[in-house]
Amino acid sequence: MPKFEFERGKMVPVPSHSIVPERDVNSVPVLEALHLGIDFGGLKAVDDFNLTIGKTEIAGLIGPNGAGKTTVFNLLTKVYAPTRGTILLNGNDTSGKSVSQVNRMGIARTFQNIRLFNTMTVEENVKVGLHNTKAYSTLSGILRAPSYWRREAEAHEKALELLSIFDMQDLANHQAGSLPYGAQRRLEIVRALATNPSLLLLDEPAAGMNPSETAELMENIVKIRDTFNIAIMLIEHDMSLVMNICEGICVLNFGRVIAKGTAEEIQNNDAVIEAYLGKQKEE
Amino acid sequence: MTVFLQYLVNGLSMGSVYAIIALGYTMVYGIAKMLNFAHGDVIMIGAYISFCVTSYLGLPAVVSVLAAVVVCTVLGILIERLAYKPLRQAGPLAVLITAIGVSYFLQNAAQLIWGATPKNFTSIVSFQVPAFLKAYNVSAVSLVTVVACLVIMAALMWFTGKTKMGKAMRACSEDKAAAQLMGINVNRTISMTFAIGSALAAIAGVLLCSYSPVLQPTTGSMPGIKAFTAAVFGGIGSIPGAFVGGILLGIIEAMAQAYISTSLANSIVFAVLIVVLLVKPAGLFGKYVPEKV
Amino acid sequence: MPQFLKNKKTRHDFVTYGLVILAFIVVSFMQANHMIPRMIAGQLVPICAYIVMAISLNLVVGVAGDLSLGHAGFMSVGAYTGIVAAMSLAEAVPNDGIRLVIALLVGAASAALAGFIIGIPVLRLSGDYLAIVTLAFGEIIKEVVTCLIVGVDERGIHALFNLTGKLTVDDLGLTETGFAIIKGAQGAAGTETISSFFAGFLLVMVALVVVLNLVRSRTGRAILAVRDNRIAAESVGISTTKYRMIAFVVSAALAGAAGALFGNSFSQLSATKFDFNMSILILVFVVLGGLGNMRGSIVAAAVLTILPEALRQFSDYRMLVYAIVLIIVMIATNNDTLKNLISRVLPKRTSLEEEVRADA
Repeated sequence: MPKFEFERGKMVPVPSHSIVPERDVNSVPVLEALHLGIDFGGLKAVDDFNLTIGKTEIAGLIGPNGAGKTTVFNLLTKVYAPTRGTILLNGNDTSGKSVSQVNRMGIARTFQNIRLFNTMTVEENVKVGLHNTKAYSTLSGILRAPSYWRREAEAHEKALELLSIFDMQDLANHQAGSLPYGAQRRLEIVRALATNPSLLLLDEPAAGMNPSETAELMENIVKIRDTFNIAIMLIEHDMSLVMNICEGICVLNFGRVIAKGTAEEIQNNDAVIEAYLGKQKEE
Repeated sequence: MTVFLQYLVNGLSMGSVYAIIALGYTMVYGIAKMLNFAHGDVIMIGAYISFCVTSYLGLPAVVSVLAAVVVCTVLGILIERLAYKPLRQAGPLAVLITAIGVSYFLQNAAQLIWGATPKNFTSIVSFQVPAFLKAYNVSAVSLVTVVACLVIMAALMWFTGKTKMGKAMRACSEDKAAAQLMGINVNRTISMTFAIGSALAAIAGVLLCSYSPVLQPTTGSMPGIKAFTAAVFGGIGSIPGAFVGGILLGIIEAMAQAYISTSLANSIVFAVLIVVLLVKPAGLFGKYVPEKV
Repeated sequence: MPQFLKNKKTRHDFVTYGLVILAFIVVSFMQANHMIPRMIAGQLVPICAYIVMAISLNLVVGVAGDLSLGHAGFMSVGAYTGIVAAMSLAEAVPNDGIRLVIALLVGAASAALAGFIIGIPVLRLSGDYLAIVTLAFGEIIKEVVTCLIVGVDERGIHALFNLTGKLTVDDLGLTETGFAIIKGAQGAAGTETISSFFAGFLLVMVALVVVLNLVRSRTGRAILAVRDNRIAAESVGISTTKYRMIAFVVSAALAGAAGALFGNSFSQLSATKFDFNMSILILVFVVLGGLGNMRGSIVAAAVLTILPEALRQFSDYRMLVYAIVLIIVMIATNNDTLKNLISRVLPKRTSLEEEVRADA
């Protein structure tokens, strides 16, 4: 297995008191979350969440179990309506938008508990992801108009091309639900990429993977960023993955951000060590 | 004003019948999570049994009600054991079609036994109602129905809240696997629920036919569907919900018949249900649980 | 082999089309040679209508995964608007075939409209709640149609809504040349029976092509995605309400066309024909034929309509037997223990779930 090497970008401050990689300073940030919060029956599950992600940044969201990481993803993708705060996607306000609408605005995600279309094939799963990029009308579909044949052919090509990122093109005709766990996780990433996002959210992409699979995944995450020129934010418990590839890391505990910074800064942050890494060192 | 109160009394009595059926339906739905379309036909069987005992054997009304309760309880347990239990792991559609099969079976069996011509059911209660009440259309049946409904609801609240079996039922309706791990005999609990639901259906059948005396194999279908509507209305699985839902449904139906249109009464009842579900997706007393992501 | 036939699913579809055409040719031949009992010959047009109903309901229940218990309501809308269209155009369009096509289109369009209006509230719900609300709408349509009195004369179509139950055909105020088409609770009476088996066959083919092409298209994938995992479908930019609505409206339109075909094949038709039991009858076709399996729906609809007719001499027991068979089939195909037992006795038998996967 080739040794994985990744050049992390230099992080610089931006006006909203966050940091982004130096190369992204002159572009509109892909995501700006301002004072984001949600209450579940009086309990502040997430409160005063602020984050800026640069246009091509790989960011990490970490924290102990139950800290509210997945809730943040659900807020950003509008699965939950935020109680407070603003989310800007590429500078556009997403308030009042639905899950499908914010996807069309450029945010795509994977799920902690895999959510594939299990009765469909691998290729069809990716084609569902291509729904809005390879579009034709329902009537053209029923009548099999020229646009149907053209777009379907394009979608087929594109699906295989996307699957080849993870070397999965040979699995195209397999049932998605019958794939091994790791392949299902990778298929979810491909499906999300098919929607042509500018920000990709990965919820525990390495869960259930062995160390060599994880290493390969790390390479692929960076490769995806470089090929598609997009930003990626991931939730992950595998610290070697986070510390290796994330340029900016945000640490969450009890629904609040307790630290933000580079891998080195996070590793040396007292609050983080106390809340999170400290427990690991005691083991 | 008198006329309005008369309609209200009609609505309350019919609503109490719906409430009794809905109470049984809501318990069965709570635990089996299935649209039990055969429930209405158990009502019809109960009424036929009561009819046979009084008309053919000439026994007193109380005995006929007891006989109906016993037969329907056994029938309910048998239906669950033979038709629904083998499908506990199956999808909702398979269970629904099976329930419809059971419903067809009961209706056609009744037709073979008792014939398709309607029987004229004589009311099981016949005591003198004071004249001042009679002026408002209060009959012996309506008094008995309302009282029976209140007693049954109170008994069910006590049973599910205080007794061991009742708590087991609530546990099973939340999570069967967890209940089993806690040492609850899930099969027995489900049987018990069907027994209670069917016993209530028998009582409801007798009262329903005492109220509107035409008894035929399809007698139970529409009240069954409407009572389910009442249970959904109040929030399925909730005992006070089924009670309130049943009473409200009866009153809405009576008022619609009186003041809008006889031929559109069912439509108006269903329209109100639709509006309630849109405003409160889990019914009046239900708790809405969003899907976890 | 042409390029598009290389796809396994497309090939499967064309085999289905071929089988339907073959069945039509065989039945027509038998009919021409008087080989079909009169009782069943009279059922040919209704069978076609039931097949279209089953195909269209399969789109909602099997493909979109929404359990609808009020499909007969759309059939009713299509039947009565179709009858009114056909009857009122009797002079303007003397050709029966063309008039029937217009009636089918009118039936489809009105049912589609009804489907859209009903879909707005219904599709905010799911599961058993959706089922009970569709049932409610089916009953509402039945009762509303029972209140309709419609007639036509040279001044046009006249309609009354008989809310109080006191109005009669006389209240329409028709001129001497006019005649009533729908008479309230009595339903439609004196309808010219212009539906033909050939028209029924064509409608089955149209329904099949529409549904199968829809399922194999981008829209169909979106509908399946919503059924499989609603949140994941939303997360890749698919509006779940929109695609459930498309399935619901297309299904309603086909049911409306089936209703118009059905309605124009009887001289007398009351609104109570399209009740809850009719909706259930169609649902049984869909479930026994296999969810998402259009070929299965066609076979189930045809067999389950012919069989009770053929068993008429056992009239007292046939519905009882039907009920028992229904229960046994559901348990045998859905109980894991029994399924394993059957698969050991009958090797290589595709289960319902596998059919859904292969076909949907």
